[in-house]
Amino acid sequence: MSKIPAYFGFWHRFGAWLLQVSSWLVLLFLILPILVIVPLSFNVEPFFSFTEGMLTLQPEAYSLRWYREIFNDPKWLLAIQNSFLIGILATVIATALGTCAAVGLARDDMPQRRFITALLLSPMIVPLIITAAGMFFFYSNLGLAGSYLGVILAHAALGTPFVIITVTATLTGFDYSLARAALNLGATPLRVFFDIIMPLIRPGVISGALFAFITSFDEVVVILFMAGPQQRTIPRQMFSGLREQINPSILAIATLLILVSIALLVTIELLRRRAERLRSAED
Amino acid sequence: MSSLTTSEAGQAASARSKKRLTAFLFVVPLLAFILLTFVAPIGSMLWRSVHHPAVAELIPLTLAELQRWDGKDTPDRQTLEVFVRELHELDQQRLSGKLAEEFNRAYTGMSSVVKASARRVGRLDADELQDKGAETLLQAHRNWSSAQVWYAIQRAGQVYTYDYYLTALDLELHPEQGIQVREDTQIYLQLYSKTLNMALVITLFCALLGYPLAYYLAGLPENRANLLLVLVLLPFWTSLLVRTTAWIALLQTNGVINSFLLSSGLIGEPFEMLYTSFATVIAMTHILLPFMILPLYSVMRGIDPSYLRAALSLGAKPIPAFARIYFPMTLPGLSAGALLVFIISVGYYITPALVGGTDGQMISNIIAFHMQRSNNWELAAALGSLLLALILILYWLYDRFVGASNIKLG
Amino acid sequence: MSRSTTTSFSAFALAAALATASIAASAEDSLTVVSWGGAYGAAQKKHVIDPYQKDSGVKVLFEDYSGGVAEMKAQVESGNIQWDVVDLEVIDLERACSEGLLEVIPQDILPPGVDGTPAAQDFIPEALASECAVGNIVWSVVFAYNEKTIGGTKAATIADFFDTAKIPGKRAMRKRPQVNMEWALLADGVAPKDVYEVLGTPEGQQRAFDKLATIKKDIVWFDSWSQAPQLLNDGGAVLVQSANGRFYDAIRQEGKPFVIVWDGHVYDLDAWSVLKGSPKKDLAFKFIAYATGSKPLAGMPDVAYGPTRKSSMPLADQSAAPHLPTAHLDKGIQAGSEFWADYGESLGEKFNEWLLK
Repeated sequence: MSKIPAYFGFWHRFGAWLLQVSSWLVLLFLILPILVIVPLSFNVEPFFSFTEGMLTLQPEAYSLRWYREIFNDPKWLLAIQNSFLIGILATVIATALGTCAAVGLARDDMPQRRFITALLLSPMIVPLIITAAGMFFFYSNLGLAGSYLGVILAHAALGTPFVIITVTATLTGFDYSLARAALNLGATPLRVFFDIIMPLIRPGVISGALFAFITSFDEVVVILFMAGPQQRTIPRQMFSGLREQINPSILAIATLLILVSIALLVTIELLRRRAERLRSAED
Repeated sequence: MSSLTTSEAGQAASARSKKRLTAFLFVVPLLAFILLTFVAPIGSMLWRSVHHPAVAELIPLTLAELQRWDGKDTPDRQTLEVFVRELHELDQQRLSGKLAEEFNRAYTGMSSVVKASARRVGRLDADELQDKGAETLLQAHRNWSSAQVWYAIQRAGQVYTYDYYLTALDLELHPEQGIQVREDTQIYLQLYSKTLNMALVITLFCALLGYPLAYYLAGLPENRANLLLVLVLLPFWTSLLVRTTAWIALLQTNGVINSFLLSSGLIGEPFEMLYTSFATVIAMTHILLPFMILPLYSVMRGIDPSYLRAALSLGAKPIPAFARIYFPMTLPGLSAGALLVFIISVGYYITPALVGGTDGQMISNIIAFHMQRSNNWELAAALGSLLLALILILYWLYDRFVGASNIKLG
Repeated sequence: MSRSTTTSFSAFALAAALATASIAASAEDSLTVVSWGGAYGAAQKKHVIDPYQKDSGVKVLFEDYSGGVAEMKAQVESGNIQWDVVDLEVIDLERACSEGLLEVIPQDILPPGVDGTPAAQDFIPEALASECAVGNIVWSVVFAYNEKTIGGTKAATIADFFDTAKIPGKRAMRKRPQVNMEWALLADGVAPKDVYEVLGTPEGQQRAFDKLATIKKDIVWFDSWSQAPQLLNDGGAVLVQSANGRFYDAIRQEGKPFVIVWDGHVYDLDAWSVLKGSPKKDLAFKFIAYATGSKPLAGMPDVAYGPTRKSSMPLADQSAAPHLPTAHLDKGIQAGSEFWADYGESLGEKFNEWLLK
């Protein structure tokens, strides 16, 4: 706590200090494990730990060896390509369907709203192992297991709940009379959607899309069960690497993934701040 | 209020139902999509847990013959002859291995019996099969004379069965005594309780670490709090596999923590931390902590700090004041976070699979094992269905107390 | 429509179109070949996969797995065939073949050796014993120690592997009953020729489990052979089980101070086979005919595995000869393919229950 009132005695101050210290320790617990990966990925040795040379900051203890290894390995390149490919297509489907549904769900006259919301959000709650097992049985019967289409549909389903949540959040308090007035004035429903509703919910749609993307980008259980070698993604490649042959090229790819998540996080934060500024400007 | 005429009331009702229809139409595409790509697959899993036609397809004639069997002794010669013919046929088609696998599930140890017998029976020609098929079978292994074995075969031949649920609950069906606790091995109930225990410990850790941090952040000016929240959100946005990798690098025998402790002279021997349940718990606490902090923080932000300050300035002791005034107000956030963390950790697969070793495995891992290693998909489906039921109960609670759409994403 | 909405939607649509286009591009004809990775995989890539891709123009997706029949079974039974050609341990081969997981390979596709010997005489008989596969190498499961970590007493016999009093420390073993059960009985004093007979009885199985139990708390289990050299290198275990070629490669290529103990080794063949129902069956047969030719096989002694064609040996690096399993046959036993076809399932189950105890 920044300001400690005068009526606080020693124990209060001590308590505030304790709180501050423990909070920072928790923050370190959250962030340090992730940061540790970054220097390790420049290790010249094929180990997962700091060598003496690294600790004494000798330049020859560091190298870009593992990054080169990734970019020279057709398997990693295929995985990187697949991850983006599947992620983008799944995001497009999830965002389109999720946004549309959120608009419907936000209306008071939606029948069975609670049940349907819970149902549509369930892909986020049901353990992936169950989803993956079910999809393996079902998609194999349809001949969709081991195909791009199957994986993309599965990932789209997993991404929709996030779109619903973020879009719904921007829709709370939305005045439907605006839309109704436009309809009465003769605007087509599509125009109403894109010109009136869309500008309001755009921050929600974009952050929902980012969530849907990262969900697919990070997903590995469904891929493990359902995808073939042709659809191998980054997380899948990491999973088998961690299981079978631990070498620092995994740390190099992990470092690159951290950069991706920082980029996404920054985008989301900027969106949020912009939305906040817009909202305060309206008030 | 003036009373409405019938036609006015009708108009209002039709306008309302039209609105309801419009709202519903927005949802239909996604609803159809989710039903097809998500609900139907889960339905197919539930179906598989009770529907198992494999044995009935492999030996239909034998099963038909067995219907006459009194269940007491070795089935009669005719039944055995029919079975030997079917076994011979399966051996020619390279399907005896499949039958062996199925029988082995019904009666432990039958796999080698079926395979060895199939090889002997497979060598017989048509005449020999006719003359001494049944004898060859009985000579091949004494199990073929056992009524218990045939009872197990008869049960395995049922197309619709609840036997996999019995196995998943460590129960078995005995011909005379009915359903009873499995004698030889009890695995799954123990694993369920271990999973719940671990999820509980993880939830507790998340609450213990998350609560003070959220409280601290809620007391900071908004700008500064937002800056520090980024440190909470970065792990949230970082790939699960990256975070799991990090814990492997930290915890392994010659990893970061051990080499630090060794070089600082605090310990003489490295700790075995990776591939234990300790590793599962700590890595999962790290991964799920943001799910606890975010709802807590948003609830705490909404609480006016002047309540607590007023109580303190009126002379209340800080700890009772906190416990009786502040803490109850944060309960919605705490329960939302705790339920979410608990739900997610009960069904977690990847992290325990990578860092848990044998000892840190949870129920999801045994489901994956039966899916990928032992190929006992029906048992995997039954175990999965039980887990699903548990999750749905928790989700129902969550929806009731928190509201499913109130999940905090940052 | 507002401009920025239009822009972001067209960007989306463009991304989607590009993504779809690249899916279409990646669907070109290819063959998925699955093997063991590590040093062996590298040797196969160099001597088999790369030359094959160059000669035939077929794109090969060369995948790793860690053995066993489970993954093949899942594919065949679900009808979701992902693999075309698999490199199998013969210890698993009979089982996979009898369970209908593999195609029957017509042996007339195999070309004669470089010296003109017909395939039927050029191959050692074991390589062509199964109709579901063509053997390509002779290899062996051995254990090794690291000079740096072993301490004063060195391991010399299979009994030492089970003797934690004599050599304290962790043992690393592959997490399945195959070979481990055989080792337990050998270490317990069963004569090599009787191992499978004893293991076929319930008492013998119990005896093997009891012997394994004496070191259970000291065992580090791994799933894949490729984890083994790492465990020996970083001190994760003192005595480590693996394929002889993995240790040989670490010793020769990286100069690791590993010492292989040949006593009680279990030698076996690896064989190429085709997954039942592969849509590229004919291409897969052609690949196998190529991969088991004299020249590709002559590259296998690079990692101390013996080629199954007699005509390959003169073409091979002779320095590896003393390190091939065939030079140590007197100290080991041959893996029981038929035994494991019968008992793989039930012992696998017992083994897993034993692990959980």
